[in-house]
Amino acid sequence: MAERSFAKEVQKLTKGEGETFSGEGILAITKALLENGVGYVGGYQGSPISHLMDVLADAQEILGELGVHFEASASEATATAMLAASVHYPIRGAVTYKSVVGTNVASDALSNLASGGVTGGALIIVGEDYGEGSSIMQERTYAFAMKSSVWMLDPRPNLPSIVKTVGAGFELSEASNTPVMLQVGIRSCHVHGHFTASDNKRPPVTVSDALENPKRDLNRIVLPPATYLHENEKLTKRMPAAQDFILEKGINERMGKPGSKVGLILTGGSYNTVIRALNRLDLADIYGDTDLDLLVLNCVFPLVESQIMEFCEDKDAVLIVEEGQPNYIEQQIAHMLYKSGKRIALEGKGKLPMGGEYTGQVMVDGIADFLADHTPSLLPVAKVATNETPVEIPDLSQTLPPRPPGFCTGCPERPIFAATKLVEQELGEHHISSDIGCHLFSIMPPFDIGATTMGYGLGPASAAAFHNENPKGRRSISFVGDGGFWHNGLTSSIGNAVFNKSDNVIVIVDNYYSAATGGQDILSSRADNRTKQTQNSITDAVKGMGVKWVRQIDRTYDVTKMRDTLKEALTTEETGPKVIVASSECMLNKQRRVKPQLAKAAKDGKRVVRPRFGVDEDVCTGDHACMRLSGCPSLSVKDTGDPLRDDPVAAIDQTCVGCGNCGEVADAAVLCPSFYEAQIVTNPTASEKRRASRAQRLIGWLQSRRAARRIALV
Amino acid sequence: MNMQASPVIARRSPGPQGEKIITLAALAVGGQGGGVLTNWIVEVAEANGYRAQSTSVAGVAQRTGATIYYIEMCRDTGRMPVFALSPAVGDVDILMAAELMEGGRAIMRGFVTPGRTTMIASTHRIPAVAEKVVPGDGRANGPEVLDAMGIAADHVVAFDMERIAKDAGSVISSSMLGALAGSGALPFPRETYEEVIRKSGRGVEASLRAFVEAYEVAKGEKPAPVPDVPMAKPSPTLAIPDKLRPKWEALESRLANLPVPAQDMARAGLAKVVDYQDVAYGAQYLDMVERIAALDAAPFDLTDNAAKYCARALCYDDILRVADLKTRASRFDRVRDEVSVDDEQVLMLTEYFHPRFEEFTTTLPRGIGRWIQSRKEIEAFYTRHFDKGRRIRTDRIGGFVMLWMVSALRPMRRRLLRHDSEMEHIDRWFTTVTDVAQEDHALASELLANYRLIKGYSDTHARGLSKFARVMGALDMLRGRPDAADWMRRLRTAALEDEEGTALDGALATVRSFAESAA
Repeated sequence: MAERSFAKEVQKLTKGEGETFSGEGILAITKALLENGVGYVGGYQGSPISHLMDVLADAQEILGELGVHFEASASEATATAMLAASVHYPIRGAVTYKSVVGTNVASDALSNLASGGVTGGALIIVGEDYGEGSSIMQERTYAFAMKSSVWMLDPRPNLPSIVKTVGAGFELSEASNTPVMLQVGIRSCHVHGHFTASDNKRPPVTVSDALENPKRDLNRIVLPPATYLHENEKLTKRMPAAQDFILEKGINERMGKPGSKVGLILTGGSYNTVIRALNRLDLADIYGDTDLDLLVLNCVFPLVESQIMEFCEDKDAVLIVEEGQPNYIEQQIAHMLYKSGKRIALEGKGKLPMGGEYTGQVMVDGIADFLADHTPSLLPVAKVATNETPVEIPDLSQTLPPRPPGFCTGCPERPIFAATKLVEQELGEHHISSDIGCHLFSIMPPFDIGATTMGYGLGPASAAAFHNENPKGRRSISFVGDGGFWHNGLTSSIGNAVFNKSDNVIVIVDNYYSAATGGQDILSSRADNRTKQTQNSITDAVKGMGVKWVRQIDRTYDVTKMRDTLKEALTTEETGPKVIVASSECMLNKQRRVKPQLAKAAKDGKRVVRPRFGVDEDVCTGDHACMRLSGCPSLSVKDTGDPLRDDPVAAIDQTCVGCGNCGEVADAAVLCPSFYEAQIVTNPTASEKRRASRAQRLIGWLQSRRAARRIALV
Repeated sequence: MNMQASPVIARRSPGPQGEKIITLAALAVGGQGGGVLTNWIVEVAEANGYRAQSTSVAGVAQRTGATIYYIEMCRDTGRMPVFALSPAVGDVDILMAAELMEGGRAIMRGFVTPGRTTMIASTHRIPAVAEKVVPGDGRANGPEVLDAMGIAADHVVAFDMERIAKDAGSVISSSMLGALAGSGALPFPRETYEEVIRKSGRGVEASLRAFVEAYEVAKGEKPAPVPDVPMAKPSPTLAIPDKLRPKWEALESRLANLPVPAQDMARAGLAKVVDYQDVAYGAQYLDMVERIAALDAAPFDLTDNAAKYCARALCYDDILRVADLKTRASRFDRVRDEVSVDDEQVLMLTEYFHPRFEEFTTTLPRGIGRWIQSRKEIEAFYTRHFDKGRRIRTDRIGGFVMLWMVSALRPMRRRLLRHDSEMEHIDRWFTTVTDVAQEDHALASELLANYRLIKGYSDTHARGLSKFARVMGALDMLRGRPDAADWMRRLRTAALEDEEGTALDGALATVRSFAESAA
């Protein structure tokens, strides 16, 4: 069960010829796949392409009717290997992954797929996660496309263009027997827009048909001597075929006014930002009409030399707009121009920054700088000179608190890191390896835990070098999530630790989902899933891998137990890796699942208990030690209004889900007795009510008896 | 970082029929429902014959971190404009911030431009983790951000939209949409907004209530809601049984003899102390305040601080105090109100306690307590068998009576070991204060305020005591200097900055260095 239900969106996938589709970019791509007769789809979730996977997962019925096979792949490597179905069979296949990180994981399969080439169209949808809000290292996927000779499309970021490019991508792949990457930026994936739909198409050959009629062609298998042929074929046949296709189909667009002395060569993805910059410089209207000459590369690899040279003909200067580094496109064009002996000013990086996102102002400044140098007359005077006095705006940088992402209210991972902090208070600091996933938020305040993060499922692997000569000495602690565990961690991290007799401690953070990517089911999910086999135990898998010291914790909120187990793991004399599987359901998903059920039960008159926590403000002294072990959004500070007190006290707001972390931490760390847990029983049983009122009567009597004998604040 | 100083003045130019692109960015804290607001705005625009596009950066950044939603719209003239996908510095017409500091962040990022941007911000606070973990008060300076809004924006609509939403039983998206409509920044009639809310089909009535309320406030037709935070409580009310009234009145009459500026604080302090123990304890408190008052002169800040911190010192936090507070009728009412329990529901209430050996022994009469403290084997036995968390159900007779019995020890408090050590500590501090008060009122006043450092239970309490001791220890270095009070205050502020006392170490090193060079 994913974080969002796409039941409503799925209906959009059934729209037919001429109907208007409206929705997110990623959903438009999904629809375009079906319109282009895709035979199978796979992939691994991750922002920004998670929704594509989620929509398809919710659309299994529609896919079934069309004869399309969908799979949630174990990893990007699996997804890419899945495209093997298009090697010998004329079946169109598509897989998704998050750029760079996905490409890294996929690269072994990608190289093999690219070497042998494909018969059916093979499309890899790469969600680019670059610039603001990115959760990954800043690199380009482009290098992979170049070294493996797969083509890369980067359409203009509007729905009709993106949808058109999906179809063009399949055709390009088939025309050149090469897999094609379709790159979409994070904002394009989430852009809301419209396009005119076509009918969905059943694949002419389905994967079932292929199974019934197996085929093999020795020349397509990656094994010498075929591999030598493949390399040659890439250079002499496939790339020229791709370039011909690009020209014939007009994949790249010439816009603006041909013949102007300066021109811009830009990637499709940056088109909107460039047009806005030109508009702000009075050089384009809001519809993109401009007097400048533009070459928009909707296909960024391969470049077509003749097209570039034609564009540069009779020009004085050209600016290449290419986000990210290295500047591969600029380098290739520079190479073309140099070889042809052309004397034309080539600008790119330098006018525009080497790295970082090309946001609105960056683009305005870069283009203005380019024009000022090469055609100053074009730049309106009003844009470079002004008599407006700039307003001095106060510097708030010292005032504003940073707000990095953190654990959600009630997150079951919070107590794991609170316990780790408590163990460190007792045993001293340890080397801690982190991993990719929500649990990586432990590197942020208030936990400030973890030294490295090396890749999905590689937390324990990145502690592999830390072998202590002293068997009684300190051990490293490493974390890996359930998502990372199944993606890669079982072999790369656990197997590796067992085989190499590691003595270190490994904590597997099991929250029942691939939570950080949107709560998709994975092998160890506890939910029943109609199309997947879930309920596979992590503990059993770890034992099967040969780990002897394994502890399963079924309620991470038990901070005392969590702390004691971790302490035991760090101090036990037993050799070999010590693995703790800390399991509790992701609270975001749990609330989404349970809330409607409870509301319905309460409405039906059934007994329902709603827990939440509170703070006695008179007992709280305002030291905030509890918050230094929590960071929960629902646990915050408030003023008391009491003139006798200086500091704000702790307070828990209405969003509390009663996970218990506050109370457990206060107990384990012996903080203070301010916390109380309130359980509100709706539709209590008759005996429960009777007992409560009996207790209330006695309590009331004791209270009024005391009140009569003392002076007290009311 | 002054973003407005860009060399290129780049403003959007309109289309051939004068149609303009309107840009709107919304900054929110993940989980505030910015997506809902974004969809509503797009629908409103489309319903008014506009073309609109929205984008956002979803994914991991949504988990309680700062997020941005971005919308562009333009009157439909038959062609699709080229909309940008993210807000640009100096190019935002309407900036919506769903929290005060996020409004500040928008200014810092250059999204609020003088003469151009309408700033619509909710003024409520969601403290960030960095603000909450400070042992003192780490909350950011809100008024500074509000001032910056006034300078940076063309037009500011700022009030507590969270409060309006809550009061209406809705969420902030509704009140923010109301504020947007009421601000007049978009050329759309109010009804079209309401129609979109109606069509959304969930919680419609509450959303509309919040919308209308915020609309009217933004339009200036209604005053903004008063801040959620109680600025000052009305003077405390005491419940006084008839037979204790004469004694209390005798005590209360002494307040009139105190300097007028300190009387309010002393009234609050007296009530707290008598509530904590008894009338005699109140007399002890007034003795202390009167002694300081005798040494003080106008404006009587020293007496005011004495009234405040003597009450704090006398009302130390022990098990009796906690048990007393947790078993009061007023507390049960407050809890029921806080967690919203209605009459048909049953409330189960669990208290989290973890009394250690120290708390156990100091709650014994001083002789027995000292003797037990000296026996290591008893401590080991206690730790093995009793040093663990206890969950006590105070809604049940058993649990309640247990706590009630502990709180019933209150009349015996003066005989307990903890009281001894507290009184000794207070005496030493108070003697120092009266001593210093003869020569330097300001410094003595700061010494009184140092009691703020003592708070918490168990380890937290021990840490507070040690910080207090270290700050007080600087007295000898500072005494006699004209800036002694100022430095004493700085030391205390530093001690409240972090848990480990790193800032305090630095401040103490500074004091030491100038004290040494003076000597």
